[in-house]
Amino acid sequence: MKIHEYQAKQIFGRYGVAVPSGVVCSSADEAVAASRKLGGNKWVVKAQIYAGGRGKGGGVKLATTHEDVRKIADAMLNHVLVTPQTGPNGQMVRRLYVEQGVEITHEYYVALVVDRTMQCISLIASEAGGMDIEQVAMQTPSKINKMAINPLIGVNVETAKGMARKLNLPPANWSEFAELIIQLYRVFDENDASLLEINPLVMTHDHQLLTLDAKLNFDDNALFRHPEIVALRDLDEEDLLEVEAARHELSYIALDGNIGCLVNGAGLAMATMDIIKLYGGNPANFLDVGGGATAEKVTEAFKIMLRHPDIKAILVNIFGGIMRCDVIAEGIVQAAQEVKLTVPLIVRLAGTNAEMGKQILAQSGLAVISADNMADAARQAVELTASSMQPGSMN
Amino acid sequence: MAILIDRNTRVMTQGMTGKTGQFHTQQCLQYANGRDCFVAGVNPKKAGEKFEGIPVFATVQEARQTTGATVSVIYVPAPFAASAIDEAVEAELDLVICITEGIPVRDMLRTRARMLGRKTLLVGPNCPGIITPDELKIGIMPGAIHRKGRIGVVSRSGTLTYEAVAQLSELGLGQSTCVGIGGDAINGLKHLDVMQLFNEDDATEGVLMVGEIGGSDEEECARWVKQHMRKPVVGFIAGVTAPPGKRMGHAGAIIAGGKGTAQEKITVMEECGIRITRNPAEMGKLMKSVL
Repeated sequence: MKIHEYQAKQIFGRYGVAVPSGVVCSSADEAVAASRKLGGNKWVVKAQIYAGGRGKGGGVKLATTHEDVRKIADAMLNHVLVTPQTGPNGQMVRRLYVEQGVEITHEYYVALVVDRTMQCISLIASEAGGMDIEQVAMQTPSKINKMAINPLIGVNVETAKGMARKLNLPPANWSEFAELIIQLYRVFDENDASLLEINPLVMTHDHQLLTLDAKLNFDDNALFRHPEIVALRDLDEEDLLEVEAARHELSYIALDGNIGCLVNGAGLAMATMDIIKLYGGNPANFLDVGGGATAEKVTEAFKIMLRHPDIKAILVNIFGGIMRCDVIAEGIVQAAQEVKLTVPLIVRLAGTNAEMGKQILAQSGLAVISADNMADAARQAVELTASSMQPGSMN
Repeated sequence: MAILIDRNTRVMTQGMTGKTGQFHTQQCLQYANGRDCFVAGVNPKKAGEKFEGIPVFATVQEARQTTGATVSVIYVPAPFAASAIDEAVEAELDLVICITEGIPVRDMLRTRARMLGRKTLLVGPNCPGIITPDELKIGIMPGAIHRKGRIGVVSRSGTLTYEAVAQLSELGLGQSTCVGIGGDAINGLKHLDVMQLFNEDDATEGVLMVGEIGGSDEEECARWVKQHMRKPVVGFIAGVTAPPGKRMGHAGAIIAGGKGTAQEKITVMEECGIRITRNPAEMGKLMKSVL
């Protein structure tokens, strides 16, 4: 789960991490009131959307007068912001965060990530922070420093100071940096975060470290023990269908093709998308019905897939293990009765109770195209949708 | 021979008396030597009771001492599953297979750190389990699709593994052992660990390796294969079409910053001499072609 920058900074603040003073606003009037309240002669107006890359997309602007603040707020609020991470459709800006501007002498990068390779949380830090950190990582990986953290011990002060040295921080700031990392690790650990990123962490002109940006994601598996974090969720920022799917314990992601896929298991679901593409078609979605699908869940899955504007066919690929194919078949029949199925339906059932499932479909009177295996299913789906697209490679 | 489990393995089930545990315990008992192999259940609240004739003990330690079981399978619900692994590690079992899905990363990080230097091997979590066909099935995979034979299967996925196994069986290629290592970021045995076991196993003639986007386990395994593997290895990587930055389901398959893409994995694996098919319907065929 993701949260907004201003929410992450509120959490940081509770752990004593230095963040600029700021006010969250949802109108230009509120933005001006915020800059007046904050005082000073320089403010930063920041669009609050979940996606990163806001600086590059024009979602972070500097203002030196209250009138500037108003103009920027007017231009951002209720407008779509496109950044390198939003996709071409961008994201509607509904909230702004107005912060006091600070004089910066250097930008650093600091992140805590779940490190699969080391099987621990790793601190990643660089002296080359700022908008081009991804390029730095690609072109000069030596400027990216990494430190593994033992979860049973936490952050060691001396190793954190060692990292400060690697970042060429002035020795006067080493203790401050170590304390910052210790607190950030506490934020990560105590809140079951899955990613914490500060880009940039800045050195101010009066030699203090300040957290200028904050990104904080949480482990979905641990949300059950953090109702206070679940309460921060902003459904406006999330894809409507994905949220709807999640309510029914379905894992759904819309894609830009026209063949809907209903599959059990994430690996098989991805493989199904891959084979459709290989045969020259295009998947309209990723959809994993999970291990314990019921007829109701299958019906919901059909409803969600059919809301995709380009859908031309639906491919069901089930390998029954825990999941019984007869249950899926009943779900398909029930779904077909509830929703008007206007596109061809190709069904491949294998594994537990596959024969029973096929029988249920055959006796239902539904126009179901039965497939013997995955390749057959994909080939038929692609052929049925081929009229509307370029012929693909059939290797 | 086989790897990790065979007909002589004695298994205890942590979380046997829950709905999931009961269902899968029954399935496992019915498969091959299951009746002889599943000897204990663990549940502190139901100690002294029996399920399907299997005695329930209060602790892993007690189950081990009384029945001699050295392998455990875990169906305990996610919030308590990591402590269940801890208990099995404390009791110095040889192997723990954790089926439970959705364990918080923070819990698994601590459990993995505590396991350092201990003898217990972990498979999973969030995995289908392990099966040595015609001998013993520990986990949730459908037993009927497996055939006894000489192909080792290692995979991060659940149902995609069944797909791979079914293709092998259909072509007359039985399996020595199939290991589902699970898709979570923090887990036990990796592709590499299982590959090493298959290399040393006389009953295994070749290995089918099924991977997916995210992480770099497949690449690390591939580099080892190039140096040390004495048997043919073929593979499939799911997720060539997965868009970057999106989490594809609960499997933890996510591409971050161009790392862990399917294409990158395929390139490294092919460079290391592993034949890869882009077609998930041809995993079995590819395996057959290199034997």
